[in-house]
Amino acid sequence: MSPILRVADLRVSFATDEGVVHAVDGVSFDVNPGEVVAIVGESGCGKSVTAQTLIGLTRSPNATISGTATFGGRDLIDLSDDELRTVRGAHIAMVFQDPMTSLNPVYRVGDQIAEMIRAHREVSKREALTRAVELLHSVGIPNPERRARDYPHEFSGGMRQRVMIAMALALEPELLIADEPTTALDVTIQAQILNLLRTLNREKNTSVVLITHDLGVVAELADKVVVMYAGQVVEQASLDELFYQPQHPYTWGLLGSIPRPDEIRPDRLPQIPGQPPSLRNPPTGCRFAARCEYVFADCVQPPPLRSGSGIGHLDRCWLSADAKAGRR
Amino acid sequence: MARFAVRRLAGMIAVLFAISVIVFLIFNVIPNSDPAARIAGKNANPALIARVRADLGLDQSLPVQYLTMMKQIFTGQLTSYASDQNVLQHIISGLPVTLSLCVGAALLWMVLAIWFGYLSAVHPGSFTDRSLTVLSLVGISLPVFWLAAILLYYFSFKVQVFPTGSYVPFTEDPLQWLYHLILPWITLAVLYVGFYSRVLRSNMLDVMNEDYVRTARAKGISERQVRLRHVLRNSMIPIVTLFGLDFGAVVGGGTILTETVFNLNGVGLYAGQAIGKLDLPPLMAVTMFGAFFIVLFNTIVDILYAFLDPRIRLGEEAPA
Amino acid sequence: MLFVFIVVFCLAAPLWADHVAHTGPNQNHITDKVLVGGQLTDVVAPDGTPLGPGLRGRYLLGADQNGRDVMVRLMYGGRTSIYIGVLAAVITTLLAVTVGVLAGYYRGWIDSVLSRILDVVWAFPVLLLGIALGTTLALGGLRIGGIQIAGDSLWIPILIIGVVYVPYMARPIRGEVLALREKEFVEAAVAAGKGPLRIMIAELLPNIISTIIVFSALNIANNMLLESALSFLGAGVRPPNASWGTMIADGYQTIYTAPHLTIVPGLMIVLTVLSLNVFGDGLRDALDPRAQIRPGR
Repeated sequence: MSPILRVADLRVSFATDEGVVHAVDGVSFDVNPGEVVAIVGESGCGKSVTAQTLIGLTRSPNATISGTATFGGRDLIDLSDDELRTVRGAHIAMVFQDPMTSLNPVYRVGDQIAEMIRAHREVSKREALTRAVELLHSVGIPNPERRARDYPHEFSGGMRQRVMIAMALALEPELLIADEPTTALDVTIQAQILNLLRTLNREKNTSVVLITHDLGVVAELADKVVVMYAGQVVEQASLDELFYQPQHPYTWGLLGSIPRPDEIRPDRLPQIPGQPPSLRNPPTGCRFAARCEYVFADCVQPPPLRSGSGIGHLDRCWLSADAKAGRR
Repeated sequence: MARFAVRRLAGMIAVLFAISVIVFLIFNVIPNSDPAARIAGKNANPALIARVRADLGLDQSLPVQYLTMMKQIFTGQLTSYASDQNVLQHIISGLPVTLSLCVGAALLWMVLAIWFGYLSAVHPGSFTDRSLTVLSLVGISLPVFWLAAILLYYFSFKVQVFPTGSYVPFTEDPLQWLYHLILPWITLAVLYVGFYSRVLRSNMLDVMNEDYVRTARAKGISERQVRLRHVLRNSMIPIVTLFGLDFGAVVGGGTILTETVFNLNGVGLYAGQAIGKLDLPPLMAVTMFGAFFIVLFNTIVDILYAFLDPRIRLGEEAPA
Repeated sequence: MLFVFIVVFCLAAPLWADHVAHTGPNQNHITDKVLVGGQLTDVVAPDGTPLGPGLRGRYLLGADQNGRDVMVRLMYGGRTSIYIGVLAAVITTLLAVTVGVLAGYYRGWIDSVLSRILDVVWAFPVLLLGIALGTTLALGGLRIGGIQIAGDSLWIPILIIGVVYVPYMARPIRGEVLALREKEFVEAAVAAGKGPLRIMIAELLPNIISTIIVFSALNIANNMLLESALSFLGAGVRPPNASWGTMIADGYQTIYTAPHLTIVPGLMIVLTVLSLNVFGDGLRDALDPRAQIRPGR
């Protein structure tokens, strides 16, 4: 089965007043049909930029983008703006982090969904609105006919995110990119939204790229996990492999900092000391070296991303397989 | 929504009352001279002064004076003693001229301002943008009457393209009406085009960074649609309210200078002539009605704003 | 930078007028003759047309119908215009800061009352209000308490223009103070036991200085425009005093035969106001790029 999205050596840098920022520096991963791929990392690691670049939202005069992202037989990075526009919404849809500000406050919700439908299909306004109501129903919004005529600020945060998801799925895209979809929501609502995403993934076989910094969300939904740090992929594995046989010190740090109910509670939650490196002048060797407990002489050379333990399990660390196994 | 409107209207009436008191103070109380002599005009004789005093009850207590004056103004009895004409009549006959001038200029300035502002915002930092900014700055630095005089000189004297002012009623000859108003329209519009195009540009640049614009792009709608339906539409809200206020101000007395230079016999010219003669009754009435008009428009604009921004209409606080 | 130079020039030139001018601003030279290109020409031709601008030592910008040297009048008149603009701005600033800070700091009923007053004053079209005050005060002058001001003193337009623009400045200041008030350093000062006056002067004032400066620059620009408009109509500066506005009014009489009399003073106003606007704009961008400031109505 061939992947529906293949990202190869994606690089994105921005020219700013204070120099060039290398936000994404050689990211590659695949998304298979029906798969949920989670991209995890802390703020500033480049995960959002990666996602937004896929549908061309980062294109601007001061951005330099290279690499390929093959989707439906075409390279998204290479497409013209017009061609890309046909892809957006219809084949690859995106849901953003903050539902409060992601919907235009002066238009009714139903109209906003209808707008998207009519941008890609030749249907009348009435037909589009009917479809919008159906969509609202499918994401679990009660009273959809009435609610479609409401304005965004009349919905609660969780409801708004459902509306965003409904809008994203309007044209049955093959791929849904969800950029921190639950970060701005209460924990209880988070669970509902994640459930919704899971249902949609299972029922419609929609592939999902899920951007998050929350490993709990990853555990709930993901089939495959890509861990990013300082603009690069540092580890990539299936969900089980990542949680049970993590190979990269950064991943160890991330997993270690999750409080676990089945362990004795430590006095302090372990933290990874230090700060991520500046992306303006990234370090030449391993980018995690400055914060790594296990740093050694080899780390001054940039480690390649390569296979370690399991199938399809890649990591970017010089430590030997034994050392990694022993640590866990 | 209805409650909101009622509250605003009540507030408006309170302000109107305060305005009338201030007008009264300005014309009768503050200055250091005999009000009767002032109002009677420069060439008054003692008999006239006495008559004025009696008419306006100027020998009575202040509150009574106030009431008398208000009564005079509102029942249309106020007379200009210097020229012996009824003030209200004069104002009413001047209204169509002033309105023609204001509405035409407003249309012109809004169309141009939106066009220029849109262009500037969509190509920020470009030559177009920079030149428009410079033009705007120049526009708001010009004294209106001077611009009017210059336009008059160059376009109706040196190069005889336009007539030298004066007004032709629409009902008499629509084409001439238009022809005579073009230069005045341009004069009045210049100041506002400069200002509004910059405000729109600034608003649009802010809105372009909003999340919902990013969502709109992600939906795959065309760039032009994004700009018009999302960016422009949302940027216009504050502009509409500003426009309401400025239009009120323009009708309420901002046309004095333009009408004077172009010899358009509207309310403004009437006020202008009264100044020269130091004839106070017309000025009192014009000031009063000018302020009334502005306050009325303020209130309309507030209510309109609620209508345009659903967040306010439905009771929620609009984000700053 | 060019604009800074222009501002300085416009503002400074009228001040050294005394030393440079060859004649007074009000002196008539109707019957004089002057060397133009080697030929003796009338300053004011027999049909009443005055001399136009030219490159020569005297009458650099020509003369007006009364034979007065335009350049000289420009400098003296400019001095008046700028004098009025700046002094009015001082008055506006003092009043606006006081009102704005008091209203913003105390809030409650003080704010309500002051805001209502500001609203009412602002409800008047600036020009009409200026005209109203200008004409009524022109006849007998003003008497407040023990101070008597004559009807044709320069202080009348100064006071009028100063008062009229108070809401324009007071409202933004009030807004800023309202916001600043909530910040921690104010709380800290209150907790330290400082009285309201000290807080207002020592804590709040320094933080609104940038707003004040920007608005002052724009205010001077607006004042000059208003003064010229009032003077043009006859409700501002009164003869024998001259300002750029009155010069335009005078020049307008003979605009077809001697356009330079109208063009020149107006151009000076435009240049000065433009410089101030650019200056104020630049300041505003440097200090707070998100603020929006309106020019006078």
